[in-house]
Amino acid sequence: MGPLIAQIVQYIESYLSSDQTPGGAGNMFWVLVYIMLVFTGLSVAVIAMNWLERKILAHMQVRLGPMRVGPHGLLQPIADAIKLLLKEDLMPAQADGLVFWMAPLIVVLAAFTVFVVVPFGPTHAITDMNIGILFMLGVSSLSVLGIVMAGWASNSHYPLIGALRSSAQMVSYEVAMGLAVVSAILMTSLNAEGTGTLSMIGIVQAQLAQGEWFIFKFFPLGLIAFFIFAVAMVAETNRAPFDLAEAESELTAGFHTEYSGFRWSLFFLAEYSAMIAVSSIAVTLWLGGWLRPFPNLLSGTPWDQIFSLVPGVTFLLFAAICFYNTARMPKHPLFRVQTIGLAGFGAVLGLIGLVLFVPPVSARVQDIFWFSAKVAGFMYLYIWYRGTFPRYRFDQLMQMGWKVLLPMGLGVLILTASVALLQPMIWHP
Amino acid sequence: MTDPNSTLSHLDLETPEKPFLDANELIINMGPQHPATHGVLRVILRLDGEKVLGLECVIGYLHRGVEKIGEHRTYTMFNPYVDRMDYVAAVSNGLGYCETVEKLLNVEAPPRAQHVRVILTELNRIASHQLWLGTHALDIGAITPLFYTFRDREEILKIYEKYCGARLTTHAFRIGGLQYETYTGFEKEVKNFLTFFRPKIDEYEELLTTNRIWVERTKNVGRISAQDCIALGVTGPVLRASGVKWDLRKAQPYANYKNFDFEIPIGENGDTYDRYLVRMAEMRQSVRIIEQAVDALPEGPIMAKVPKVMKPAAGEVYHSIEAPKGELGYFIVSDGSTQPYRVRVRPPSFVNLQALDMMCRGQLVADVIAVIGTLDIVLGEVDR
Repeated sequence: MGPLIAQIVQYIESYLSSDQTPGGAGNMFWVLVYIMLVFTGLSVAVIAMNWLERKILAHMQVRLGPMRVGPHGLLQPIADAIKLLLKEDLMPAQADGLVFWMAPLIVVLAAFTVFVVVPFGPTHAITDMNIGILFMLGVSSLSVLGIVMAGWASNSHYPLIGALRSSAQMVSYEVAMGLAVVSAILMTSLNAEGTGTLSMIGIVQAQLAQGEWFIFKFFPLGLIAFFIFAVAMVAETNRAPFDLAEAESELTAGFHTEYSGFRWSLFFLAEYSAMIAVSSIAVTLWLGGWLRPFPNLLSGTPWDQIFSLVPGVTFLLFAAICFYNTARMPKHPLFRVQTIGLAGFGAVLGLIGLVLFVPPVSARVQDIFWFSAKVAGFMYLYIWYRGTFPRYRFDQLMQMGWKVLLPMGLGVLILTASVALLQPMIWHP
Repeated sequence: MTDPNSTLSHLDLETPEKPFLDANELIINMGPQHPATHGVLRVILRLDGEKVLGLECVIGYLHRGVEKIGEHRTYTMFNPYVDRMDYVAAVSNGLGYCETVEKLLNVEAPPRAQHVRVILTELNRIASHQLWLGTHALDIGAITPLFYTFRDREEILKIYEKYCGARLTTHAFRIGGLQYETYTGFEKEVKNFLTFFRPKIDEYEELLTTNRIWVERTKNVGRISAQDCIALGVTGPVLRASGVKWDLRKAQPYANYKNFDFEIPIGENGDTYDRYLVRMAEMRQSVRIIEQAVDALPEGPIMAKVPKVMKPAAGEVYHSIEAPKGELGYFIVSDGSTQPYRVRVRPPSFVNLQALDMMCRGQLVADVIAVIGTLDIVLGEVDR
């Protein structure tokens, strides 16, 4: 008995000294821990995103958004989740039962599986594949299969049209997206050996080695590639202004019209985690992944120390916002619970902020913080688009994909390759 | 009529182009419960993929028999009923009805009443156009303008509420003039609203007019020529956007519109974008009219000499006004009793809706939504 436990402890501890991802080190225990962490973090992110989207959109639209469930509606996503889980699970009488049942599972599976290779830090990924980016693009485009299945199995007109739209849309934007990605991957090969990498961690390390984020590389080529990807990724995730597949005013709810309750919430979960997934691709490829801003320009220990304070300060700022709003709460006995709740929430955030100042913690969490902050920026953009833009029409969307983004992507790819080839000859003869 | 396809049997839906190969046509019921049909309109779409081959409107889900009710009420009692037709422009409905009965009785409202009527009706035109803009933009996918327009429309409703106690179905006018004198500070509040509202129009336009997606979604969508408009009897902003300068406020001045200086905005192409521009310009013109009316508001009585029991001499009369949505006409036949023998309403929404099929053929499903929005129909008025 004793030796076995010691062996297990040794197995668990052996990873701590490794400088690889758990998958790379082949340590199943830590792989499972990381999977749990990523899954929990993702669920929390989706819940937070739900609340933030409703609040930010509401404030853009001169209204308050959820205010009743919990202070400032903080518990609204939880109330929604409970409502969805308790709802009756309906299936149309003429639906294809098996396909109807499988469709949300495929969508969720595709949306969650991609997070296996998302690099939250140099060692903070479940595993590092040498084909990481291909894996992400490949698996995330599987979700279109689920959408088509959902539309088909519902045996109803609106879902069918929604599914057709979405399949055409996702297929055409994948091409432009792929070209943009290739031009970024091309940049990773600009080193002494001339070998590039498809590994997500390798791509970020290449940016670190070359001393600039790929968005600024060969200005404006990197920027254009990033722009193409940024447009294509909104289309890929079926969000406004490309939300044709679920265009509320045209197709009631598009492909998930016939879904309700838990199955519907799976689609919802998948949509939001797909948004986070494509945003993390963009962050990894162009915005330096987990790297803090200005890793080369403002390098050195003092700058490192200053930037290591940012995560803690951010959380303290959130806590300060909570306390400010606690003070602004109506002084009526009816609001006592809400006031206490908000103060408690602020206290938790503040505590997290203080913990983040502890050097060993901050050293480990920093990468994750910068990565998440960049992804959060994209999430805000998603909400902003939704509040601002009207919806594209189907033919205009296809036109944009095939006639604008695709030639642009090809041009950027060729130009990037040419510049990469010519640069050593011209500037460093 | 048990055949499920029977609703289409009498339709002569010509195919504009031969469908690709032998692609099966898809028949879709849009509505009566649909987020973008502005109430309970049912549109039967015949589609080839996403392309609209033809469509038919099925109406009557909101039929309340308003015209028939009119035959069983006295002239005064029928007045509030007309508010329920186009409920977003209740004041205009009331103005049309009151003026028609006044014509029948051969009385004229005193100048002060006429001025207040113009102010309230033009405010109503702004409110109606605001509601149109918000919902139209929402249909096309821009969700934010809706909240802006509703926020500003609220100010108009507040003025109504203060004036007559109701916000939506106001029953603001009486046959022969007004029941209520304006409240203290009415002029000031209306003027405050005008200064508040002028920059708001720019705000709406900022969000949409030059927005690339908005322009792409509305330019060349739902085009209708001036001839077709006239042939179908289409009126209002839809007609004016096709380039016809026809506005009853100028063409057959009623109330005292001839005293005010304003322009009739017209479009060129008759597409959805032009109709949008025309309505935006109309809001600006309404602001101009209200400003002049408030400045020149005369003192005096607000009610003409009207008998307590109205018994118009036997005869018939047709009178129409320029409602926010087009020509709103009332045809009333009197048999000399206290109740009309027949009331017939010519609602602009009903007539304009007939152009839907012509405007949508050969376009895409998304355009049908845009065109329904741009026609600015209110189903309460279509079905009556």
